[in-house]
Amino acid sequence: MTATTQQRVPAGTARAAAPSPSTAGLRARRAARRRQLTACGVLMTPFFALLVTVFLIPVGTAVYLSFYSDDQPGLGFGPERTVFVGLRSYAAVLTDPTFLGGLGTVALYCLIYIPLMVAGALALALLLDSGVVRLRAFAQLGLFLPHAVPGIIAALIWLYLYTPGISPVIDLFARADITIDFLGVHTVIPSIVNIALWSNLGYNMVVFYAALQAVPREVIEASVVDGAGPVRTALQVKTPLVRASIVMVAIFTLIWALQLFTEPMLLSQSSPMINSRFSPSMYIYDAAFTRNNYGLAAAASVVLLVCTIALSYGVTRFTSRADVAEEAR
Amino acid sequence: MSATDSSLSRPKLLGRTTVNVVVAVSVLYTLLPVLWLVLAAAKNRDALFGSDLLSLSDFSFVQNLEDLFAMDGGLYGRWYLNSLLYAVLGAAVGALLSVACGYAFDKYRFRHKEKLFGLVLAAVMVPQTVLALPLYLMASEAGLVNTFWAVFVPVLFNPFGVYLGRIFSRGYVPDEVLEAARVDGAGELTTYARVALRMLGPGLITVFLFQLTAIWNNFFLPMVMLSDQDLYPVSLGLYQWNSSASVSPEYYPVVIMGSLLAVLPLILAFVLLQRFWRSGLTAGAVK
Repeated sequence: MTATTQQRVPAGTARAAAPSPSTAGLRARRAARRRQLTACGVLMTPFFALLVTVFLIPVGTAVYLSFYSDDQPGLGFGPERTVFVGLRSYAAVLTDPTFLGGLGTVALYCLIYIPLMVAGALALALLLDSGVVRLRAFAQLGLFLPHAVPGIIAALIWLYLYTPGISPVIDLFARADITIDFLGVHTVIPSIVNIALWSNLGYNMVVFYAALQAVPREVIEASVVDGAGPVRTALQVKTPLVRASIVMVAIFTLIWALQLFTEPMLLSQSSPMINSRFSPSMYIYDAAFTRNNYGLAAAASVVLLVCTIALSYGVTRFTSRADVAEEAR
Repeated sequence: MSATDSSLSRPKLLGRTTVNVVVAVSVLYTLLPVLWLVLAAAKNRDALFGSDLLSLSDFSFVQNLEDLFAMDGGLYGRWYLNSLLYAVLGAAVGALLSVACGYAFDKYRFRHKEKLFGLVLAAVMVPQTVLALPLYLMASEAGLVNTFWAVFVPVLFNPFGVYLGRIFSRGYVPDEVLEAARVDGAGELTTYARVALRMLGPGLITVFLFQLTAIWNNFFLPMVMLSDQDLYPVSLGLYQWNSSASVSPEYYPVVIMGSLLAVLPLILAFVLLQRFWRSGLTAGAVK
């Protein structure tokens, strides 16, 4: 809140310096300017109040907690006191094999999931945009439907489809004499990727499709006149034109993927392959609410936050450099 | 539009067939699990384990529905109402706040505006799991843990809604309209409420729908904040029932039926508000 009220001061002074016929006119304009700033403040204050209470203060608290610890001197009989421990929690987190394992799991998950998601959604959008698909409206609606299925329920549906005895998929494989364990050592990450892919493929397809619809038709017609086939048009003309959406989808997918929690949390009810510290988010939950080690949980949160920001920034930089290279060509 | 480009390029019949097969397979991939949910919801427990999914002999849809609402003293109905309250009220209030803020970002000039907007965008990136512990500690200090407010207040915060609000405001509310209102002597806030908000209608509905989905899906925050089952949303309730199901299998049919019912409100919302969210996606994507 304070942030907005401070920031909103003049800025109008620059405009007031413009030629003004009379002081009365100037005064009237200043009054109008003041009214506008008041209105601006009224419109912004509720949101920024929320931003401060549920975002800035919590982030600050997480950073603060990561440097402190509740120590109980005298074998735990003395009064509890909070002491500054510097980077001790960070050292503990970064040398904890279960946390590093969780980071590795999420890295692998991202490496499989993000390329599949972006390429799959883009391919489907390009196919739908090519104009040869029958029943296009129905196809779009069908692809989009899983987006209306809450994450936990998507995980539930797939958990049942992965469970021997209930699953028609496993039955089908069994009839062909193939035994498949979807929740085994090597299959559990692909199984989670599948759930996420199923949930979000259609949504991202619609985002890409919307962007493709905004591509000027003349550009496409020109490429066709130049003799480019439909595949070439799609890959070399349309795709570069929707790069902004591709970057946006990639970043959002990345941010969500790094938070991996709901699906493994649910699958862990049935799979011994998923422990309570399977992903960094599960590690944080476990540290905070099972082990009550707030310093450790906070340090792990900050590490996750830094990874998220660094990777998102990296994607933005990487793509903007690609933009520059493209323009230089 | 697309008709012209297909007549221009005339892909070969083989290519056409391949494209249609690929799309059809993808649609089957997305639809079949939902279809399974519908069919499985109509099975009794014994039929669920074993019998042919398509046979109608063990049809017990109504029975499952009755069981669902009778289980644990009608908890499910309670959860459903909670979810509706968190999601509909939260999304309505949240969307109004975000769009108002996005509008102000678009229409007013003040110092450090872009820096402040950068802060809003940065908030989009921060994982919810990072905020959960501090929010829990703050709520427990304020005595709000395990209350409606502990879940309701944090979900109102929707920085992406501010971003969309700014884009919509630029697209839908011409500056001339505001100038005209000012010349007429209308107050700034009156202009916003009477004129601009109406023009922002479709954008507001898009933000509302996105937030409705997010809150309805919310699982982590309620899990951290709530221990009283009576306050649970559907997502957390089903999670808990599913964990009981491995011990007492009578929960399986109710979890499946409960999942089916929990999918309906969002499908309904998306279908009814289709016209609006499609334009919203375009605005968000094309920027």
